[in-house]
Amino acid sequence: MEKESGIAKKADEFLQIFKRGEEFTKDLIKENEKLRFRIAQLEEAAQQAGNEEKMRLCEDRLKMLQEEIKSISERFAKVEEENKDFASKYVEVETENNMLANLYVASYQLHSVLDFNEVLRIVLEIIINLIGAEKFALFLMDDKTNELVPVASEGLPLNDFSKFKMGDGIVGKVAREGESYFLENASAASPKEIDTKNPMVCIPLKIKEHVIGVIAIYSLFTQKSSFSNIDYELFNLLAGHAATAIFSSKLYTQSERKLTTIQSFLDLLKEKPRK
Amino acid sequence: MPIILVVEDSPTMRQLIGFAIKRIPEARVIEATDGVDALKKLSAEKIDIILADINMPIMDGLKLVSLVRGNPSYKNIPVIMITTEGAEEDKNKALAIGANAYLTKPIQTQELMKLVNSFIS
Repeated sequence: MEKESGIAKKADEFLQIFKRGEEFTKDLIKENEKLRFRIAQLEEAAQQAGNEEKMRLCEDRLKMLQEEIKSISERFAKVEEENKDFASKYVEVETENNMLANLYVASYQLHSVLDFNEVLRIVLEIIINLIGAEKFALFLMDDKTNELVPVASEGLPLNDFSKFKMGDGIVGKVAREGESYFLENASAASPKEIDTKNPMVCIPLKIKEHVIGVIAIYSLFTQKSSFSNIDYELFNLLAGHAATAIFSSKLYTQSERKLTTIQSFLDLLKEKPRK
Repeated sequence: MPIILVVEDSPTMRQLIGFAIKRIPEARVIEATDGVDALKKLSAEKIDIILADINMPIMDGLKLVSLVRGNPSYKNIPVIMITTEGAEEDKNKALAIGANAYLTKPIQTQELMKLVNSFIS
């Protein structure tokens, strides 16, 4: 009986221990649950924090790239502007180059010969080919009569042109004043009927301030719609260089003639004693 | 090395065209004073392009073009006319005879260079 009550007591104790064990296990499970939940929470928070960091980095990078794009587009616009500038400068340089080539060729040709008629031919050539004049004449001053005498022409026969007294009409005035004359809207005014007293352009041929002749232009070629800067430069060049070329060739021709005369005299003198 | 034959009676124009052509790399300019002189130069050299004036003494540019087009050895050489004749009928006449292009004087160097380069390339 006593033995039985001892066993019951032990069983009861065991049951108690078991129950406590059960409760402890339940508590552990609960605690475990809590901890797992907490870990999950922390993990989620950590992930979120990581995403935010990435997001922040991405935003920073985006901002940087946008700024880079902005600076590149600004630079592109600047380069484009510079490019346009260079293109227009290139055109300017080309035009200048063209002009200098024309002036060089004209001046080279004018001073390449000493024969008076050759010089006149070159002056005509320059006016036709480089300026584009169709009808024009070249007058030279006759120092004895103080008149402008036509010596060469193009597009019209030479005898269509009369002499001009100094100060007479446009041609005479240009010779007296030494200033070029340009009819207003000259390029568009190529007339069908030519009045030799009324040129559209008149250029004095000057050596320093001394006028030795005049170039009078009456009409331009149909394809020549207007005068460009180079035409005015050529007019200036003709005013000076054509004048000196004509003057020196005239002197040279005269001196050649004189030399021949003197030589003939000398030959004659040498021959006389022999006889 | 392109060889360009410039047929012009005016020394001024020959020099001016020569100046422009010099800017084409390795280009060589041969000058002729009229159509007859041009035919002599054509038989002596292998010409790549002819630049010819119309109004010239002895033989004019139009006659030269018709002879060039009629000769099997030269018929494929491009010919550019450079002239003071600005009327449309003159241009059409030159093109009908066989000229490849038509430029009027006073010439624009850039325009001439562009045209010559287009035939060289």
